[in-house]
Amino acid sequence: MALDKTTVANIAFLARLDVPQDQQEALAGELSGILTWIEQLGEVDTQDVAPMTCVADLALAWREDVITDGGYPARVLANAPEQLDGCYVVPKVVE
Amino acid sequence: MESTSSLPADLTDLTLVQARSGLEQGTFSPTELVQAHLDRLEKADALNAFITKTPDLALAQAERAEKRLRDRTHGPLEGIPLGIKDLFCTEGVETTAASRILKGFIPPYESTVTDKLFQAGAVMLGKTNLDEFAMGSSNKTSAAGPCLNPWRRAGDDEALVPGGSSGGSASAVSARLVLGATGTDTGGSIRQPAAFCGIVGLKPTYGRCSRWGIVAFASSLDQAGPMTRTVHDAAVMLRAMAGHDPRDSTSAPVEVPNYEAALTGDIRGLRVGLPREYRPDGLDPEMAALWDKGAQMLRDAGAEVVEVSLPHTRYALATYYIVAPAEASSNLARYDGVRYGLRVEGASLDEMYCKTRAAGFGSEVRRRILIGTYALSAGYYDAYYLKAQRVRARIADDFRQAFRDVDVLLTPTTPTAAFGLNETIDDPITMYLNDVFTVPTSLAGLPGLSIPVGLSSKGLPIGLQLIGRHFDEETVLNAGLVLERAAAFTHRPAFLTDTGEA
Amino acid sequence: MTYRIQGETGSWEVVIGLEVHAQVISASKLFSGASTTFGAEPNTQVSLVDAALPGMLPVINGVCVEQAVRTGLALRAKINHRSIFARKNYFYADLPQGYQISQYEQPIVGEGKLVLDMPDGSSRTVGIERLHLEQDAGKSMHDQHPTRSLIDLNRAGVALMEIVSRPDMREPEEAGAYLRKLRSILRYIGTCDGNMEEGSMRCDVNVSVRPEGETELRTRCEVKNVNSVRFVMQAIEAEASRQVQVWESGAEVKQETRLFDPSKGETRSMRSKEHAHDYRYFPDPDLLPLEFDEDFVDRVRQSLPELPDDKKERFITDYGLTPYDASVLVVDRESADYFEAVAQGRDGKTAANWVINNLFGALAKAGHSVADSPVSAAALGKLLDLMASDVINGRIAKDVFDVMIGTGGDPEAIVEERGLRQVTDTGAIEAAIDAVIAANPGKADEVRGGKEKLLGWFVGQVMKATGGKANPGLVNDILKSRLLGG
Ligand SMILES: [Mg+2]
Ligand SMILES: [Zn+2]
Repeated sequence: MALDKTTVANIAFLARLDVPQDQQEALAGELSGILTWIEQLGEVDTQDVAPMTCVADLALAWREDVITDGGYPARVLANAPEQLDGCYVVPKVVE
Repeated sequence: MESTSSLPADLTDLTLVQARSGLEQGTFSPTELVQAHLDRLEKADALNAFITKTPDLALAQAERAEKRLRDRTHGPLEGIPLGIKDLFCTEGVETTAASRILKGFIPPYESTVTDKLFQAGAVMLGKTNLDEFAMGSSNKTSAAGPCLNPWRRAGDDEALVPGGSSGGSASAVSARLVLGATGTDTGGSIRQPAAFCGIVGLKPTYGRCSRWGIVAFASSLDQAGPMTRTVHDAAVMLRAMAGHDPRDSTSAPVEVPNYEAALTGDIRGLRVGLPREYRPDGLDPEMAALWDKGAQMLRDAGAEVVEVSLPHTRYALATYYIVAPAEASSNLARYDGVRYGLRVEGASLDEMYCKTRAAGFGSEVRRRILIGTYALSAGYYDAYYLKAQRVRARIADDFRQAFRDVDVLLTPTTPTAAFGLNETIDDPITMYLNDVFTVPTSLAGLPGLSIPVGLSSKGLPIGLQLIGRHFDEETVLNAGLVLERAAAFTHRPAFLTDTGEA
Repeated sequence: MTYRIQGETGSWEVVIGLEVHAQVISASKLFSGASTTFGAEPNTQVSLVDAALPGMLPVINGVCVEQAVRTGLALRAKINHRSIFARKNYFYADLPQGYQISQYEQPIVGEGKLVLDMPDGSSRTVGIERLHLEQDAGKSMHDQHPTRSLIDLNRAGVALMEIVSRPDMREPEEAGAYLRKLRSILRYIGTCDGNMEEGSMRCDVNVSVRPEGETELRTRCEVKNVNSVRFVMQAIEAEASRQVQVWESGAEVKQETRLFDPSKGETRSMRSKEHAHDYRYFPDPDLLPLEFDEDFVDRVRQSLPELPDDKKERFITDYGLTPYDASVLVVDRESADYFEAVAQGRDGKTAANWVINNLFGALAKAGHSVADSPVSAAALGKLLDLMASDVINGRIAKDVFDVMIGTGGDPEAIVEERGLRQVTDTGAIEAAIDAVIAANPGKADEVRGGKEKLLGWFVGQVMKATGGKANPGLVNDILKSRLLGG
């Protein structure tokens, strides 16, 4: 799979990663290399094989519906780069 | 080092189990044991094994350990100095995952595994170095700079990598800076550095140790485990780390066995499988020879060694390099400059995100995020992610089949011994090949143990891996003990000699 | 009558589908133990899991699972014994994890249906495509600071049920009926409080149009977060008209997310949604498949109350109500229960009339709900009994009822205190009639001469003279025999 610069730019935006224009070409080549290598998986017959999403052969355990957490805004906000009036702060979002 | 007190030998040269009995018998105190390790740590800056050192905390914990030992209320690891991989969130102690994006992050919580270790009495000397977000096999991707391997090739002073991603932990244990350390293993991150540094590393069964409070890399693969200098030490440490945690839905509600009790050294009748696919054409003859030697050791101890087949082995790496980046691309989305960690301002929210993440993540992390994002994106999901998860099911099935015939598998841990820090590996795929023998186990969620079994012709440690059935760490450890005894690996890293050690 | 938009080129049909996000009633969040209460100080109901600190993991709340199953059963839907939580990946300031845990390919509830009760008494069925569980996001506040937005995560992680309809609706009125019915069901079974103003029920509207007779669906637009039934209907009209204009101008409607501006009565494109979305759904590796057995479903089923549709049928059969009256009474459990208490052992139709026409009207005027009605069902029943046993007549009953609404008093006592007992004494009525005839000889002659319509005027005069208390039947009979000699 050969990725072009535009695709790299699109993925980079989906992942919210600035990739400078002058690096996109090189990155496209590198990622294409990895993807081409990965395409060897096409050789494996996976008909009738269910995709494996978890290795743990477990049932999902359910929590009881009781309030056991929260109530510590200072802890939640302790590492915030910016805060105001008990809230996190980001550049203004225009809707 | 010249002994300046009446303490027995060198406290840093004890195994964890030896130190435990010394403490219990009062031969030395936790403070003496911890101080001896802190002293060594002070002289080991060249290794860069620690991102954060916590001597004050360690001495405070040692003091508490003294009291508990005195009161006979001590835990199984009371007073034992450990290194904690800087991927475990530690309350009040900076936790960075070796990334610029988490610089300055002080968790207001303690990971389940470190909490259990502290409950057991363990003492933390600091947070060990790793590849950024545990992505790497060399420790070179750390934002804190590379950690070094305490070993050197014979007659050669070139700096070597400790392996990764738990390179700091492996280096610290190998250089006797700590008696044990925690690691995490996603595709080989405990076993490969253990092999490179000549120590024991155990990746337990997926679900054995809680993932709660461990910075996530790939959720379906990540698993914490012990890194120690002996199999017995690993057994002791694992018991303290393991156990069901209701805060982790993937943590297994199964009893934690007494792993020490499983260490009988008797493996008569044990069926050991050698997967033929782990002997590819280009396999290093030294590695192949060591593997044969290991098989012979087990045979000599009464095990029955047979060849088995894991036919989809060759597809494991490619599978891993879709699954792990896909999960990582999502797991790392939370590092967005809003609630913690680095923020680079931008005119808009999106600009802030893009700048923060570009500045905060190193190139390997960025590469994997992009691969993972692509593999999950519309139009490619089926071809990459779903295909990989189907192949993964086949790989897991290979193991299931094999374990019908055998109790444990023996393989090399890595294709080569440690490589040089400056051996530039431009091609990411070549770098990924380091994990070729460890990744299949991770994909299947099985326990894997790496044990130092011999030295390469250049004088570097090489290890063998034992792989067991789900939740059968006992068999793996017991077979490991037999291998350890037979190999009698007593070689010491050059770093100890350089710093005046005998 | 079918709803159509008349354009320049012809008549257009509107196709409507609704996605409703209903906040699950539970004490704690879907994947964390933090509280779900509305209106707390910012970030006080936030756990480390909700704030997505490194290494935090989700653990599912069993009650939220039960609530989703309960809702699925009430929608007569297929309950999936195995479903999968998936991550929906996108970046937004109030989405701390960088993804929402939702369900994608295998939701907990599959196909079901909802029966709409239309104002003309007819019923229509709308298909439910699915119901899935997911996390709510936090709240962004854009108007607190000139250059910054503030983020409160109290709501982040609260359980939502996303209920998706099939594009089966064809007019705004149906969409309104759908929302009212859905809200009614959710409240019946206690899985969502249905409060659209507080945002515990939010609606996204999918609208497309096509020329009458065309069978293919055309491109739809999604109008996000419309927060009242009225606005939903207005948004559909506005968006459908806009689309007709676009098509008729020769352009194409492009698929996009839009916002409804109720003050302008129009929809506009959402700037923040301009970028093409690629949510990269994949199964959440922090969670295992959600599984339960039929026993669990049975236990939930057994705990369900009688649902509005069943109740409606029963009211029609047992009490002889019209479908319309029945549907009005079953809208909420309180009204239905009230009605049944009144109707028990009495004439069902009369009870329904009184509850719908008198009680509901009076309550609405006084700003009361059925639950805090000043007139208890027992008291209203007694009032009906007084009428049935001819102690008072219908007119007086209305007066007594007004007193009851004002003071909450007992009808019997009111009748006694105010001397409102119906006059059934024939002598007294005859005397009053004779007096009225004597005072109006001309009009009496007109009646005798065949102008029988005037009889009603005489009845009125007699009632007036007796203070409304005369038995109207007796008055009528005696008047007839006096004037017409019958
Ligand atoms: Mg939706
Ligand atoms: Zn939704």
